[in-house]
Amino acid sequence: MAENKTSTLSTDVAKHASGAGRTWQDVAPVDRRSDVPEGLWMRCVNCEAMSYRKQVELNLDVCPECDYHNRIGADQRVSQLVDPDSFEPMWENLAPVDPLGFVDRIPYAQRLEQEQAKTGHRDALLCGKAFIKGRGVVLAVMDNRFMMASMGSVVGEKIARCAELAAETDQPFVMIAASGGARMQESGLSLAQMAKTSAAIGRLDDAGGLFISVLTDPTTGGVTASFAMLGDVIIAEPKALICFAGPRVIANTVREQLPEGFQRAEFLLDKGFIDRVVHRKDLRSEISRVIDYAGK
Amino acid sequence: MSTLNSTYNAALDLDFERPLAALEQQITELETAAPAPGSAPGSEAGLNKQVDLAAEVRKLRQSHTAMLKKIYNNLGAWNTVKVARSARRPQVTDYLRLVVKDFAELHGDRRFGDDKAVMAGFGRIGPHKCLIVGTHKGKDTKERVACNFGMPHPEGYRKALRCMKMAEKFGLPVVTLIDTAGAYPGVGAEQRGQAEAIAVNQLEMSRLKTPIVAVVIGEGGSGGALGLGVADRVAMMQYAWYSVISPEGCAAILWKTANPETNAQAAEALKLTAADNLKAGTIDEVIEEPLGGAHRNPQIAADNLGKYLTKTLRDLKRYKIENLLRNRYDRLRNIGKIKELAD
Repeated sequence: MAENKTSTLSTDVAKHASGAGRTWQDVAPVDRRSDVPEGLWMRCVNCEAMSYRKQVELNLDVCPECDYHNRIGADQRVSQLVDPDSFEPMWENLAPVDPLGFVDRIPYAQRLEQEQAKTGHRDALLCGKAFIKGRGVVLAVMDNRFMMASMGSVVGEKIARCAELAAETDQPFVMIAASGGARMQESGLSLAQMAKTSAAIGRLDDAGGLFISVLTDPTTGGVTASFAMLGDVIIAEPKALICFAGPRVIANTVREQLPEGFQRAEFLLDKGFIDRVVHRKDLRSEISRVIDYAGK
Repeated sequence: MSTLNSTYNAALDLDFERPLAALEQQITELETAAPAPGSAPGSEAGLNKQVDLAAEVRKLRQSHTAMLKKIYNNLGAWNTVKVARSARRPQVTDYLRLVVKDFAELHGDRRFGDDKAVMAGFGRIGPHKCLIVGTHKGKDTKERVACNFGMPHPEGYRKALRCMKMAEKFGLPVVTLIDTAGAYPGVGAEQRGQAEAIAVNQLEMSRLKTPIVAVVIGEGGSGGALGLGVADRVAMMQYAWYSVISPEGCAAILWKTANPETNAQAAEALKLTAADNLKAGTIDEVIEEPLGGAHRNPQIAADNLGKYLTKTLRDLKRYKIENLLRNRYDRLRNIGKIKELAD
């Protein structure tokens, strides 16, 4: 038995040494999409510098070496953005259902349970009332840990309610967007959320309300092509991927090298589709300033 | 009503229609067969032969219809997508010819260019003067390339919006005819704000102060379709599809690979047919197509579309604008399925 084990082990080592049997997982850098990993130290997914984890957290999950903005979940975002203890979540009782009985490799219902257990949230949008530097806002934060913050019926409904509340109370609506797009598992119903949220932003606009859209990495697909691009003022975090069709889809379509920095925040700024690229540490003051100029 | 169209040849692009092809060929052969030589017209032998021939053709037609019914009654989602994409399916230009009188096309977004994937113009539908917008795929290779295969760029959406705003100003109702695989995923499209153009169209259509009717006549590919699809009434032709993503795109992401098998599974899962969309509440009506699909008899499909549009426009014109807009908002607001828990 023991001999057997040793021989297996040595074969494995030999395989690795020769490069055979290696997978991309063995050589790929830390998964970009992963939340900040556990452990005392962490390696930046952009510059690969090792940093003390606590230091990165204190730096709002931005790499102290290269300013790379790590993706963060909704709870962390709320705590970074709003005045301490000022966030009052709303409509937490709204829960997703599986209206179409959607089954891909696993059933949607099961996927939802997994995501709910993982995040402690019922769906991919955390929203409610909050204060930012003393200014009352309606805040919505998309949670990229939950099915890549894809928009289904619950996300759409909550955004529409936020916009309506903002219009009623004449408070600014601040949206922190991040999304893989409309949620495939609710198909046509997800698609309709694009129209629903856009219409709700239209009503807020008619009421003279202020909508600040903050685009974070990544904001894509049906979310970019609806409320996210409808801000009176649109802010983006540095280097955030912001697009309708993803770079891979486009590369496949056009079969050519994509321009440098294509679909990143700075590219959109250059093309005239966002107002400002703002470092995470300045978000609170930049949002407050816009609110003040809009007189809200 | 004949289910055969003389210019139609089955199974050219629809694999599941192949069993029909042999029958159709037989019918055509019999119908064009000249009377046998030696039997003078009017002679008893000739007459008998003609009667036989006619009976034979009738029998073949009956089995053809039966087979057609069987195929189309159990089409399935993936084959529906194939019908919707068929090169022989009537396109916007066909419906403009068959349904719309006096179509006068309007060009350009006044900002960048004229996207041929989106057509817009004045026209009459029944007694109603309208502004009509449609996505166009193109009939032959040259036209298809010019129209980018019906996949609009931002300037297409902006042209549509410019024209719809004009319709609002002059009190013309808007009719959109949608047939697109999706908005074009290209470098130029992204640079010029594909997402922004689609988003703005949805917002502006949700508050446009004139009636809007949208009909998916072929493919309703995601945001690219929705960018022209916000309306007071939304309908689909019977064999159109409308979904958040194409079956291939969905299969590639969720099944990790797109092949005929996963495409078919994704198509079923996405509930993209007209009947499924009606059930989900994402559309209001299904417009019936002739047996075997609109490609077998575009005239009948066009008549049904025309009737639907005429009636719907008449209904919508009766509303006061503020009620129309409130209903339009509420309609969107009510789409979606969630549960509200007690806590």
